[in-house]
Amino acid sequence: MILDFERPIKDFEDRITELRRLAGPSEELRGEISRLEEALDAARRRIYSNLTPYQRVQVARHPERPNFRAYRDALADDFYELSGDRVFGDDPAVRGGLARIGDHNVVLLGHDKGTDVNSRVKGNFGMAHPEGYRKVKRFYELASRFGLPVVVLVDTPGAFAGRGAEERGQAWAISDDLMTLARIPVPVISVIIGEGCSGGALAMCATDYVGMLENSYLSVIAPEACASIIFRDPSRAAEAAEALKLTAADMKGRGIIDEVIPEPLGGAHNDPQVTIEAVGQGLNRVLNGLSETDPEKLRQARYERYRRIGAHATENGQVG
Amino acid sequence: MRNWLSKRREYSRTAPETESGVGPMDSVFTKCEKCGEPIYEKDLRARFNVCPHCEFHYPLSASERIRLLTDSGSFEERDAGILADDLLGFENYGQRLQKARGRTGLDDAILSGTGAVGGKRVALAVLDFSFIGGSMGSVVGERVARTVELAGSEELPLVIVSASGGARMFEGVYSLMQMAKTSVALSRYVEGSWPYISVLTDPTFGGVTASFATAADVVLAEPGARIGFTGARVIEQTTKERLPEGFQTAEFQKEHGMVDRIVHRLSLKADLVRLLGFLP
Repeated sequence: MILDFERPIKDFEDRITELRRLAGPSEELRGEISRLEEALDAARRRIYSNLTPYQRVQVARHPERPNFRAYRDALADDFYELSGDRVFGDDPAVRGGLARIGDHNVVLLGHDKGTDVNSRVKGNFGMAHPEGYRKVKRFYELASRFGLPVVVLVDTPGAFAGRGAEERGQAWAISDDLMTLARIPVPVISVIIGEGCSGGALAMCATDYVGMLENSYLSVIAPEACASIIFRDPSRAAEAAEALKLTAADMKGRGIIDEVIPEPLGGAHNDPQVTIEAVGQGLNRVLNGLSETDPEKLRQARYERYRRIGAHATENGQVG
Repeated sequence: MRNWLSKRREYSRTAPETESGVGPMDSVFTKCEKCGEPIYEKDLRARFNVCPHCEFHYPLSASERIRLLTDSGSFEERDAGILADDLLGFENYGQRLQKARGRTGLDDAILSGTGAVGGKRVALAVLDFSFIGGSMGSVVGERVARTVELAGSEELPLVIVSASGGARMFEGVYSLMQMAKTSVALSRYVEGSWPYISVLTDPTFGGVTASFATAADVVLAEPGARIGFTGARVIEQTTKERLPEGFQTAEFQKEHGMVDRIVHRLSLKADLVRLLGFLP
């Protein structure tokens, strides 16, 4: 899939392919081809170094962007999937289980957006139902019981908004995850690999370490929904994305997250392998660091971290 | 978040905000939006905004809620003077705050402190829907967290009454993070042995329902209150599904096992007294 703003890149790529075809084995067009290749590289650099917040949201949603499955397959030496919330069902929108990452046995989980039409529909495009969030709670408690670190890959447009989700207590399930996250005495690490939207993302990223890929986003609300409320016009999503300050760089600048993980030029979808390796290196480094930390200190630090965040001033003018 | 914002405006004529006692509105009567019967403002106010004919529960301001629940003169406000900062410079947020402060006389969408309920001292926080839809930004999050901590350090039962459209999107990620803030505070409180009672009123949605409002030992709800994660209109728009009558009402939530009891506003204090009587 080609995003609108990637069109100039695609045009160069098409012309290069076409010239190569025309040139065949002859050397005649080589100069022209290499000129175009330089132009292609420049266009990619120009476009990707000036992405607007809303363009980043589109990159974060790119269907070819590496997803949970790609990370799982590349980073976990073994993955033993566990299923079900023990109450209602198994929600394929989030997956998890026991995994070995580097030298660490961990509980690995994440939103699964799927890879093709069937799996995308099955995983409800990464929008989990309450049974998904209840399964997540099971994973948190399992990790806590066996002293295993938790690794979460976050990639969701939000918790699902639908009749069944409401009937089965969507809000209750998310609240329960947040309460569980707050108390488990094991390292909890998350990386936002794509979309990190609303409470459905937060239930899986109020963690000891939060990394964000360069073009991922974290927001209280989807820019389209925000635009339709504030501007009464969903087509002004780009303005809303700007106003929400939702990029990885914004989050790092405001001290909400720990680290921005750079993506290759042209975005993660342009070179999934390099992206996955970068995330893997980050995870290993953080796991090595946190697995030695005293569990009580972890809980204390987690408490202080989330207790502090706010945009308010008290009477004496101190910013909280 | 959107539907009650607009819907509730229609009710403002019959839902006086903070006035109490005899006022110039006493002789005014309007029609109940629900049953169509005429009601005197005075009668409505005396019944804490519950229609005397059909028992419909209109919105109630935080200060009136406190008057309803606490023993006369026992409420002491804490943490007043914490004001929202427009760190994102979000379109018109600063003006909205000014207007809401002027109109309600509140710092933000919450009043909190301590008070006695039937002689028993409790830590109490009450959200006010008339202040930017009761939405949770940094001030609501901070004052809820401080009330939870106050309850913990003074070994008091905790009572929180919610009325909120959810997270305050004008504060962007800061509003989202208030869900984590209130949850970390509560997760410590519940390690102790004092109870947390949450009262859900019309409407309670989004980030408030998905954090502190449902993480309680006992969840009570007012009759007919709309309670859920995503508002019904948004669900209808996105899923094209027609939702059943009574969807997301307090009664619906009780039927689905999400709420312990439905309690009429005028019985709420007596219920709390009774409930707290069983607990430390």
